[in-house]
Amino acid sequence: MLLLLLLRFCHWVAAALEDDADVTRGGEEFIVAVVVVAVCGVSMAMLVEFKDTVLGMLPDALVTDAVIFGVHIHGHLLLETLLVVVIFYLLLQQSYTPENRALTETEIDQLCEEWTPEPLHPVITDDMEMKTPILESAAGPHTIIDGKDVINMSTADYLGLIGNPKVKEACNAAVEKYGVGACGPRGFYGTMDVHLDFEKKIADFMGTPDSILYSYGLATTTSVIPAFCKAGDLILADDGVNWSLQNGLYLSRSKVKYFKHNDMKDLKARLEEVRKEDKRKKPLNRRFIIVEAIYQNSGQMVPLDELCRLKEEYKFRVLIDESNSIGVLGKTGRGISEHFNISVEKLDIITAVMGHALASEGGICTGSAEVVSHQRLSGSGYCFSAALPPFLASAGIAAVEILENNPQLLSRLHKNISLVHSNLSSVPGIRIGCNKLSPIVFLHLEESASFAEDSSILQRVVDLMLDEGILLSLTKRSLLDNCKLPAAIKVVVTAGHSEEDLLLVTSKLRNVMAKVLRC
Amino acid sequence: MTVAEPDPVMENEEGFEVPYHVAITTYFSYGILFIIGTLRDFYRNIMRSGKKVAKGYAPLCRDFEDFYTRRLYNRIQDCFNRPIASAPTNWVDVIERVSYDSNKTLHQTENVRRCLNLGSYNYLGFASHDEYCTPRVLESLNKYGASACSARVDGGTTLLHNELEELVAKYVGKPAAMVYGMGYATNSTTLPALIGKGGLIISDALNHSSIVNGSRGSGAKIKVFQHNTPSHLEQVLREAISQGQARTHRPWKKIIVVIEGIYSMEGELCRLKDIVEVAKKYKAYIYLDEAHSIGAIGKTGKGICELQGVDPANIDVMMGTFTKSFGSCGGYIAGSKELIQYMKSASPAHMYATSMSTPAVQQVISALEVILGLDGSDRGAKKLAQVRENSNYVRIELRNRGFEVLGDMDSPVMPVMLYNPGKIPAFSRECLKRNVAVVVVAFPATPLLLARTRVCMSASHTREDLDQAVKVLSEVGEMCNIKYFPRKASENEKYFWFDQKKLE
Repeated sequence: MLLLLLLRFCHWVAAALEDDADVTRGGEEFIVAVVVVAVCGVSMAMLVEFKDTVLGMLPDALVTDAVIFGVHIHGHLLLETLLVVVIFYLLLQQSYTPENRALTETEIDQLCEEWTPEPLHPVITDDMEMKTPILESAAGPHTIIDGKDVINMSTADYLGLIGNPKVKEACNAAVEKYGVGACGPRGFYGTMDVHLDFEKKIADFMGTPDSILYSYGLATTTSVIPAFCKAGDLILADDGVNWSLQNGLYLSRSKVKYFKHNDMKDLKARLEEVRKEDKRKKPLNRRFIIVEAIYQNSGQMVPLDELCRLKEEYKFRVLIDESNSIGVLGKTGRGISEHFNISVEKLDIITAVMGHALASEGGICTGSAEVVSHQRLSGSGYCFSAALPPFLASAGIAAVEILENNPQLLSRLHKNISLVHSNLSSVPGIRIGCNKLSPIVFLHLEESASFAEDSSILQRVVDLMLDEGILLSLTKRSLLDNCKLPAAIKVVVTAGHSEEDLLLVTSKLRNVMAKVLRC
Repeated sequence: MTVAEPDPVMENEEGFEVPYHVAITTYFSYGILFIIGTLRDFYRNIMRSGKKVAKGYAPLCRDFEDFYTRRLYNRIQDCFNRPIASAPTNWVDVIERVSYDSNKTLHQTENVRRCLNLGSYNYLGFASHDEYCTPRVLESLNKYGASACSARVDGGTTLLHNELEELVAKYVGKPAAMVYGMGYATNSTTLPALIGKGGLIISDALNHSSIVNGSRGSGAKIKVFQHNTPSHLEQVLREAISQGQARTHRPWKKIIVVIEGIYSMEGELCRLKDIVEVAKKYKAYIYLDEAHSIGAIGKTGKGICELQGVDPANIDVMMGTFTKSFGSCGGYIAGSKELIQYMKSASPAHMYATSMSTPAVQQVISALEVILGLDGSDRGAKKLAQVRENSNYVRIELRNRGFEVLGDMDSPVMPVMLYNPGKIPAFSRECLKRNVAVVVVAFPATPLLLARTRVCMSASHTREDLDQAVKVLSEVGEMCNIKYFPRKASENEKYFWFDQKKLE
């Protein structure tokens, strides 16, 4: 009897394991079985207890000893029969078999037939149309578009090195010697001596122990962050960081908390939250604050002194993207740490793209020897991508040398930046939304609505300015970008621009703004 | 010309199974390495001679994260990242390095060693100075400078960029194309723009890391099908479509099958025809990464589609890179006009990243012109025939000598299995001693147990180069005992199906 019960139970468990909706049915059966056994048990007990009374009431044939096939049965014939009946009842019950619920081949065929995928890309709409200026000459301070000479305020060549004879010479020599491409990742004979020279050069320039060269700016931070931050680690990031950092944050799978754009008070509040949570638990995880020195999306400068104080107080490390500050900030162009007169060692990981002040291509990450060597096997964009074309590393070396030897380039850049800031601040209808040392000047509409509406007005401004012979650019947002900062016109100032150029930009912009705002 | 169809069945029937004793010794070696590494870590922890971490901070790299680097990789790191002081063409100057701290750090010396290069992806030999390309590259360098220092949408588009996009579209046989500054970023930024939450990416098990990261970054669900196995792809597709999304059981928004033309660590050609057939049947889109196959295979170098006779119209997104056959940098995607227009408005690499370096663009344009014969010579056709001939010659020679060579005929990538960790440095160093620069591949590029060496063929290799390569590889292979499949002379005949005539 108990065995039977056990069988039932196993059956039920098996059904439960199969994750079947009919598990309850199995359960009910089991309960029924238990009840039946319980009833039997109770009646048995009653029989034992009230044996004489009960037996006396029953016909003798049932209670007297009987001999069946030579076996003596003492008195309990009734009970035995009852039990046998119950057993038979249970045995004859249709046993519970979970219905085979897997889809049949025909059903799958049908489902596959019915499924209609969305188109590969959404319907093309007008606002997807991007007006892309096509350059017919080098992207210097002046360039040629549609056969017309225009002032180029859209190229991040901050030091005006495009077309510099020394850079060209270095590139020419490298192309002659190494060819164009590296034809392999760094690990597999894609490392040329110039790559290593450049890594050393940039580390020496920045005053860091070592640096590592990536073959594309965009792939740098997307690789660096996941190399150091994994699941379980904690990142506090500015909510205005550029897409490349956003992508790195996403790929890291770490816990990410955002603080308000360039708001140290909010950062402190977030840090306090973390400290409170800490009280409840547990072992140390890696913690980073991720910021940009001068934000690509807003031109704001991070208050590094305040940040360093907070990071030390709360024991965080800092990863800072210096794409717009190396070759721009500081007396000798060594970036934000020089500007704030803070030791570069306090910044644990520094990244930068080479496509800005260094007028080349690629990305760099610099920091302690440990930071760099760890990336040589863990930096996904470093390990699994072809190396940077050697001539671009040569261009980088030449650029750093020029920067070291020509401090007047920086003073000219600083002068141009302050000139543009002071000139543009008086243009009606717009306001400058960036730090006054930012080489990218962000012009927002004074009366700002949504990103899309602002964009369409500002796009008109940009178009009209191009007609007037000045190339500006507009903030654009990819669908994948989470940045919520307002739209702006970007005026990129370089050391190559002459004073007349910059004055012309202001006066034309004044006219165009007046025209656009009037209608 | 009759295209030599790759015969995957033959490959499978060859049954390259790991011999038992090799498997056991490989496990055993890693076991020893692991135990010794752990003991050294233990000792280090007792002596506290390891890295010092400021109080209150977690270590930057956790011990187990860089255990591999410290205890395994560093011992043999001289086999990787070898710097060279010349163009990565058929012969390279490898800079010799020395270590004074048992291989923890390496220092360059003044000496260079002239080595036969069997490592670079220089399939068509455009890596070094080229009579047609280099003058044009220098010209563009003088005209445009090294970089446009701006994103494509802002001011980073030059006439050359547009010219290249048109040329690439024409070359791969698609209505439109767009170029990116980096091959890796092409994959890692295109996939997130194409598909997101509610979508499904079905990826080949051995796809490249850039595809893996692109897929992860997209937020779509990722499923994997067995490497190059259309039947398993079908199984995965049927299961996925019939079951819908996990938990909600809603139908998938779209499904993209991501495959590669040549798998760079396997040397295998994609079974494109069958995979396309399956994907079309189930209305999945196909994303084909031709990083290694474009320009390297097919009669006119148009990649796997041309080689296997698949109409490019059947491929929804064609992706490729310029780093390999064209000797430049960057990547492209090609597809319908609408797709490219959408991508130009959505792809972060197009909108934010510095545009592809202009001289590098010119290099690709010139290389494509040579391949297409637009330079007025037949050099392109000759290069293509040469790389194929070289590849097949070396593949057969190595197989005949008993090496376990992976991959298909016509593929210029030939991995040769090493397995045992000890054989990785042995093979590499011994080859270098004999002036042959080979690539050995270990973790993280391959699974830990499947270490291999990889030979890449180039059109710039001469027959003498190849003979020397085979001689040295064979000698070192003997020494390292990696000829796992010794053959009798009579069996070799079976491999003589390859003959010169097929090229014509």
